[in-house]
Amino acid sequence: MLLEYQVNGGDFTNAGSVSSNVKKMMRQLGVDSSVVKRTVVALYEAEVNIVAHAYRGVITVDLQPDKIYIKLADEGPGIADISQAMQEGYSTASVAVREMGFGAGMGLPNIKANSDILNVNSVVGKGTTVEITNNF
Amino acid sequence: MDTHQENFHHALKFQYDLCIGCAHCTEICPTAAIHIEGGLPVLNPNRCIDCGRCYSACPVSAIYVEQDDFQTIYDYKTPVALVPTIFFAQFPEKIEHDSILAALHYLGFKFVYEVEESVGVLKHIMNEKLMNGDCDKPVISSFCPAIVRLIQVKFPSLVNNIMLVKPPLDLTSLHIKKHLVENCGILNEEIGIFYVAPCPAKIAAIKSPVGEDKSSVTGVINMNYLYNKVLRIIKQGTELPALQNDHRNVMTRRNLLWALSGGEIALLKEGRNLAIDEVHNVSAFLEKIENEDIDNIDFLEVRACDQSCAGGILCANNRFLTVERQKQRAAHSPVRVSKKFNELIQNFDYLADNSKVGKVQPRSMDKLDNDRAVAMQKMEKAFKINKFLPQVDCRICGYQTCKEFSFAVTNGVIGLKSCIFVQRLLNENNGISADERAELAKKTWGVQKLDINNIPDDLL
Repeated sequence: MLLEYQVNGGDFTNAGSVSSNVKKMMRQLGVDSSVVKRTVVALYEAEVNIVAHAYRGVITVDLQPDKIYIKLADEGPGIADISQAMQEGYSTASVAVREMGFGAGMGLPNIKANSDILNVNSVVGKGTTVEITNNF
Repeated sequence: MDTHQENFHHALKFQYDLCIGCAHCTEICPTAAIHIEGGLPVLNPNRCIDCGRCYSACPVSAIYVEQDDFQTIYDYKTPVALVPTIFFAQFPEKIEHDSILAALHYLGFKFVYEVEESVGVLKHIMNEKLMNGDCDKPVISSFCPAIVRLIQVKFPSLVNNIMLVKPPLDLTSLHIKKHLVENCGILNEEIGIFYVAPCPAKIAAIKSPVGEDKSSVTGVINMNYLYNKVLRIIKQGTELPALQNDHRNVMTRRNLLWALSGGEIALLKEGRNLAIDEVHNVSAFLEKIENEDIDNIDFLEVRACDQSCAGGILCANNRFLTVERQKQRAAHSPVRVSKKFNELIQNFDYLADNSKVGKVQPRSMDKLDNDRAVAMQKMEKAFKINKFLPQVDCRICGYQTCKEFSFAVTNGVIGLKSCIFVQRLLNENNGISADERAELAKKTWGVQKLDINNIPDDLL
């Protein structure tokens, strides 16, 4: 089942609504709650990344009986050094964003820890695509 | 309809002869456990959490809360009333605590204990558990049984966050038995402990405890029922017996505030602790916790009723007045009580050893099918249906929301044509006759409500 959600940069208020929807659907499928939790944490983190850094983004969710594939494609500044961004504590978030409790530099490492397969591609000045796959 | 289920007891029952099929209960249910069929509510026992919102919403009092027959207290040589402190706060100020206690003795109770007598003991147990960190964070209170059930059905991934400790009700009850047997020479089988319940969730929890085999309580009395009985005795000026035992001297300020919102977190020594009341509020907050949208919280006090137990549906009086009276009593009670007066503290080790409850099992209400491929197909179908439904949630189909209706259609229990919007799009040439329309309406709302002969001629 294929679903698509739009995300707006800067809208922290609504960050998390995609995660809630996906969580409910995985539960309807009867997916083990530990996998649901991993997926929701990874997705939420990736969703907040778009809100914190990008102008806008599209989240595509492909839910299958045995796995979930999530693609988060944003239009934004992109990541210059992905391997650096994968390290815990690395953050480019502004002070304002950090004060809201986001941008602790745990984003990508946390997504990685909660994904079976993670692909990150980025073009500086254009945007970033994050692909998460979790098997049930 | 039979609302009983083998392992899942519900204290709320519909009285179908009184029900007018207005669907107010359908609308308010936090787990969408009720839909309307044939003009009457149908309960999904796997979803109901016994929170009692439907009971309060019913305009004709067609929902009742089961209780044990009051006469059963006389089956025991030593009937004990186990009364929550808020019971006393139901009465007008001019009625004295002594009179209420005396009336309870007059009714036949040999002993009257207040439920929260064990709060002092529980405080130590809770703080110790929180320090040991043997629970996922945030630790969620297990005090409110409606919330425990809400977590089981709606937030199954949070079951490991529930603090596995008995509520004051069970600890006090354990203490009473031990104390009466060992110190008063009363035989165990002569003791009947009757809990005065402010809500159906507590009743359900006693009849089928979660994480325990059997409750230590003998029977349950509806608080509203007992309130009326006691008030009548006092109002009629009945000559009341002298007080035989009085436990007020063990009640501290903290014990008295336990049942009110914030009463639990006030006992915790450290950490970032939050108190949330009312089931929809709790649900919205747990949703965020489950998404890990909110973190760094150590403990959550969560209760299904607005103003916590003072808002219990079996309380006789306005919850805000109850809170005020309870706070007044607390303000006039000691901060500490000497150990020598406190039987419960003397029993601490025994209570601490028996305070643990078994693991709470998840029982997700969302799962569409045991076969994941079938569940997938159902989800896709429901999604397709829901996409063109109006999302007005008018409930004319009998379901709480368009979304719930889409799942019912998917499961084949109702046809798509039961949606009034769909009916308007169809006409006699492309799918639905006037007769069929009337039939569908009757199927949901019953024959009586839709009898054209009931409409006065001059109004047509």
